[in-house]
Amino acid sequence: MTLAAAPESGAAPVAAAPRAGRVLRELMRRKLAMFGFAIIVLVVLAAIFAPFIVPHEPTEQLFDGLTLEGAPLPPNAQFWFGTDLLGRDLFSRLVYGARTSLIIGVVANGIAVVIGALVGITAGFFQGIVGSVLMRFTDLMMAFPALLLAIVLAALFHPSLWIVALVIAMVNWVQVARVIYTETRSLAEREFVEAEWALGAGKARILFRHVLPHLVSTIVVWATLGIATTVLLEATLSFLGIGVQPPTPSWGNIIYENQTYFTSAPWLVFIPGVAIILLALAFNLVGDALRDILDPTQKGRH
Amino acid sequence: MAAYLLRRLGQTLLILIGISLVTFILLYILPADPARQIAGRSATPETVANIRAQLGLDQPFLVQYWRYATGLLHGDFGRSYLQKTEVAELIASRLPATLLLMAGAIVSELVIGLTMGMVAAVQRGSKLDQGLMVLSFVGVSTPQFVIGILLLYVFAVLLGWFPIGGYGTFRHLVLPSLTLGLLGAGWYARMMRSAMLDVLRQDYIRTARAKGLARWQVILGHALPNAVLPIIAMIGIDIGIFMSGIVVVESVYGWPGIGQLAWQAIQRIDIPIIMGVTLISACAIVLGNLIADLVAPLIDPRIKLR
Repeated sequence: MTLAAAPESGAAPVAAAPRAGRVLRELMRRKLAMFGFAIIVLVVLAAIFAPFIVPHEPTEQLFDGLTLEGAPLPPNAQFWFGTDLLGRDLFSRLVYGARTSLIIGVVANGIAVVIGALVGITAGFFQGIVGSVLMRFTDLMMAFPALLLAIVLAALFHPSLWIVALVIAMVNWVQVARVIYTETRSLAEREFVEAEWALGAGKARILFRHVLPHLVSTIVVWATLGIATTVLLEATLSFLGIGVQPPTPSWGNIIYENQTYFTSAPWLVFIPGVAIILLALAFNLVGDALRDILDPTQKGRH
Repeated sequence: MAAYLLRRLGQTLLILIGISLVTFILLYILPADPARQIAGRSATPETVANIRAQLGLDQPFLVQYWRYATGLLHGDFGRSYLQKTEVAELIASRLPATLLLMAGAIVSELVIGLTMGMVAAVQRGSKLDQGLMVLSFVGVSTPQFVIGILLLYVFAVLLGWFPIGGYGTFRHLVLPSLTLGLLGAGWYARMMRSAMLDVLRQDYIRTARAKGLARWQVILGHALPNAVLPIIAMIGIDIGIFMSGIVVVESVYGWPGIGQLAWQAIQRIDIPIIMGVTLISACAIVLGNLIADLVAPLIDPRIKLR
C-alpha cells in the first residue's frame, strides 16, 4: 500500500537459506556481532543459572540492606550493584530480571513471528479474498499507535508475565506480516516458481520446496531484530507499572519501583537501564549482521 | 493524481472506521468496568447499575457503537466519564503541547541524525565512522524512559541547565524533544550514511570534483541535497513512532500533551478519552504516511503513485 515500501519488493533474497555453519563463521568474523553474541550468551547463562549466581534471594529484604536512616546502599563490596528502596540486593534482582526479559523476548517475539509469517504467507501466496482481508487488517493495525494499543491492553488486563508476552505479540506481528507478505508476493512471481507451475507442480510442493526455504533468511533476521524491540517494549510497559508486576523482578519494573528516588540513588535507575540497552543492542547488532550475511542484495551497500 | 488522492482518502476513511471499531470492541470486551471505577469501591450495586445506565453502557454493543459512530460524524467524541468535559475540547486543549514537542523532536532527530550520517559517510571506514554507527545502534536500542531519566539527571539535576519538568518556555522544550527524537536520530544516521555513500559514488560527484571544486563544496553543495531529500520525505512516517513515544516522554517530563491525557485516561478507564486519542493518533499516522507517499515522487521521479 505504501510507496515507501515499494522498492523493497524487488529486493528479495535470491539464494535459498545458507547453511547454519557458514552463517556462524561469517558472524564470528564481525567484531560487533561477536560482541552482541557474547552479551546474549552471558545473559542467557545468567538467566539459566540465576539461583547459583545470586548472593541473595531477589525478593529478600535484607537485614543489612539499608542504611540506618533507611536509605538504599550504593554499590559496594558486599552489594555489587547496591540495594534498592526495600533493601533488596540489586545484583540478584538484575540476574533474575534477565529471566523475565528473555522469556518475554523469546515467547512474545516467537508468537509475533509465527502470526506474522502465517498472515504474510497466506496473503502473499494464496492471495484471494482471505489474503486481501488479512492484508487490509494488517494495514489497519499498522495505523494503530503501537505503544498506545499495548498500554491499553496491558492496563485493562491484569498483567502477568504471559499476558504481557501476549500483548506484545499482538502488537508486534504486524511488521513481520508486512515484510513476509511483500517477499512472498515477489517470490510467487519469480520465473523459477512460474516454471514449477508450468510443470504442473502442486501448491503444497511449491510452497514447501520453493517459497518457504527462501523465506527462512527473512524470518531468522526478524526473529532476531524483533527480540530487541520486544525487550524494549516489555521494559517500557513495566516502567509504566503495567508490565510484569513486582515483586517478580524485571529490568523495567526495577526502574519503575525506584524512579522517584533517582536523584539520590541514581544507580537504581541507571544500572538496570544499562542492562536493557545492552541486551537490546546485542540483538540489534546480531540481527543486523545476519541481515548483511543472509540477504545478498544488501551486500556491498555498507 | 486526483483519482489516486481520492482513493487514498477513501482507504484512510475505511482504516479510521476499522480502528474505531477495533478499539471499541477491545474496550467493550475487556474485563474493566468503567461504571464501577466511577462509582468507587464502596458503592452499592444499584449505584453502579445506575451509572452504567446513565452512560448507556447497558445497551447492546451495536447500539453503543452506532451511537458513538454517528456522534463522530458530527465531530462529537463524547464526554469524559470522569471530568464531564467534551473529549474534543480536552484533546484540542492538549494538542498544541504535543505538536510543539513533536516539532522539537523532528528538529533534534534531523540535526543529530543527518549530521552523524553525513560525517560517517564522508569518513567512511574510519574509527569515527565505526564509532558513530555503534552510537546509532545504541540510540535505537535505548528505551525512551531511560534516555529521559538520564537527560533529566545529567542536565537538569546535576548541571541545572534545564528545568526538571513542566511546560512553557524554550528551555522546557529542549530535553523532552531530545528524548523523543533520539530514537529517530539513530535511524536517520544509518539511512543518511547509506544515502550519502550512494550519492558520493555517482558520476556527477566525480565531475564536480574534476572541475576543481573543493571536497567540502562538493559534499555540502552537490551530495548533501541529493542524499537528504529522500530522507526528509520519511518524516511523515515518524509520526507513528512519535505517537507511541509521547506517552512515555510526556509522563517522564510532566508535559501537558495528549500522551499524558491518554495515560491518565487509561488508568481511570475513561473510555471516551482513550477512544478519542486513539482515533486522533491513527488519523495522524495515516495522514503522515499519505504525505510521505505524496512527497516521495516529487523528490524522486522514478517513484510512481499507484
